[in-house]
Amino acid sequence: MTHRPWERAGTWLLRALTYAMAAGVVYVLGEIVVRGLPVIDLEFLTAAPREGGLAGGIFPAIVGTLWLVVGTALVSLPLGMGAAIYFSEYARDSRWSRWLRTGVITLAGIPSIVFGLFGLGLFVIFLGFGASVLAGSLTLAFMILPVIIVASEEALRTVPQAYREASLALGATRWQTIRHAVLPYALPGMLTGSILGIGRAAGETAPILFTVAAFYLPDLPSSVFDQVMALPYHLFILATQHPDPAARPMQYGTALVLVALVLGVNAVAIVARARFRRRYRS
Amino acid sequence: MSRRTDGGPRRRLAEGGIRALLLVLASTATLVVVLIFLFLAREGLPALERLSPEQLLSRRWQPTSESAPSFGLLPLLAGSGLVTALATLIALPFGVGGAVYLASFARAREREILKPVIELVAAVPSVVLGFFGIVTVGPALKQLLGLQTSLNALTGACVLAFMAIPTILTIAEDALRAVPRAHREAALALGASPWQASWSVVVPAALPGIGAAVMLGIGRVIGETMAVMMCTGNAAIITCDPTESVRTMTATIAAEMGEVVYGGLHYRVLFLIGLLLLSITLVVNLLAQRWVRASVGGRGS
Repeated sequence: MTHRPWERAGTWLLRALTYAMAAGVVYVLGEIVVRGLPVIDLEFLTAAPREGGLAGGIFPAIVGTLWLVVGTALVSLPLGMGAAIYFSEYARDSRWSRWLRTGVITLAGIPSIVFGLFGLGLFVIFLGFGASVLAGSLTLAFMILPVIIVASEEALRTVPQAYREASLALGATRWQTIRHAVLPYALPGMLTGSILGIGRAAGETAPILFTVAAFYLPDLPSSVFDQVMALPYHLFILATQHPDPAARPMQYGTALVLVALVLGVNAVAIVARARFRRRYRS
Repeated sequence: MSRRTDGGPRRRLAEGGIRALLLVLASTATLVVVLIFLFLAREGLPALERLSPEQLLSRRWQPTSESAPSFGLLPLLAGSGLVTALATLIALPFGVGGAVYLASFARAREREILKPVIELVAAVPSVVLGFFGIVTVGPALKQLLGLQTSLNALTGACVLAFMAIPTILTIAEDALRAVPRAHREAALALGASPWQASWSVVVPAALPGIGAAVMLGIGRVIGETMAVMMCTGNAAIITCDPTESVRTMTATIAAEMGEVVYGGLHYRVLFLIGLLLLSITLVVNLLAQRWVRASVGGRGS
């Protein structure tokens, strides 16, 4: 193989670009871990913020984000998994089902701030939920719906066609086939894929700005009609209201908890998926 | 109870019911898209009755001015345009170059490590990257270029590019790897160098997919809110100078919606901006899907 000098230089340039990007990712995460870790202690994780967030902890924000994550999961999982079952097991290549699929792809491309406006217009004002966990969870759930549908469909596709055919040949109806021959094998994959989407919801700020997030609310929520603090919004406020370096530790600490939460959720999903895969292979 | 293989009428009713229920669930996404359009239009379009096209196309965005509130959208469009163009320019070499490197030149092990690391960005919330832009990228650029302020269009564009690179890289790399190996091997057998085989055979064959990747990256950049609001400085001015502070459409909505009177003119104009933003991203994504389809069609032939 002949390499001309400038081709070699070009290859090195491409390599440099790729490694630079990877190094940037490592640097960003490394900075957040190194600067955030010293801040994290029991008080930071279990106390309410004091002095406008410059002291105390972030406990109400952690709890608020957990409420939102659970609420989002409760709405989006049944919707998304049900939709995926329809697309994978029932839908034929008709004009109607192509329309529905286009809807899913379109929804995936809508900017998060537009979801925020939609949530404000529909849930907060029109349906009268006010700024609340309910309004925020519904907004986030619709935003991640496409992720859950796509991930679940992928899991359903990995179930061999022969399982379905064997079940149908024995006289089982379509739903019996799905219930007993398809879902038991697809469900772990559907769930883990969906968890990845829910992890994303935990880190979103724009959709919760007008639908649920409160800046300072030391009391924990008691119902889904309450406003909550949320980690991403708390970080946003800390980062933009306190430009002075004295506020840096609290900012890095909050950033680390948020990143750890999102990546932690993802890691759980990935480990779980690997375990399920191994179990089914044997 | 029944020996018929399709079960009794009750069974059949249940089957139909389940099917109908799942169809309803599958329709939710489409329904939400329609609802989003309806609500944005319902809240935003009335602004057009109260503002003339000249007022909306003026160069002054001062919605809270007490003496003469002005709702000119041009500075916001210009801000979004400038930041998006800059971010795309920065992201292109990394995204496409990285995809070509990983698909054609990297060793398998190298690729297995680099790709997941780069894709990790997708799991980092945009507010965290925005924070990082404020504390690290902004000050670094300010010192490096001797700027007045650390929060400007360039800082925002750098952070946005960082977010868009994994999108572009992943999809473009998939498109490059979907080109049959035989193409590349034939070129190599004819005496082409690996570099020539990549750039004159594999890349052209994957071009629609790469185009789709770039469009999806741009779509993500236009719609990004938090990072851009935190890093660009938010001055509503019309400028082509990347070192000036600008204000995008997304940041305007996010920053101002919290302080408006529901149903007031300012509220309606913010929804109108949302409607505009939605339309722009839909067009960009439609173009991307076209190209995806073109690249999938090309693969079959």
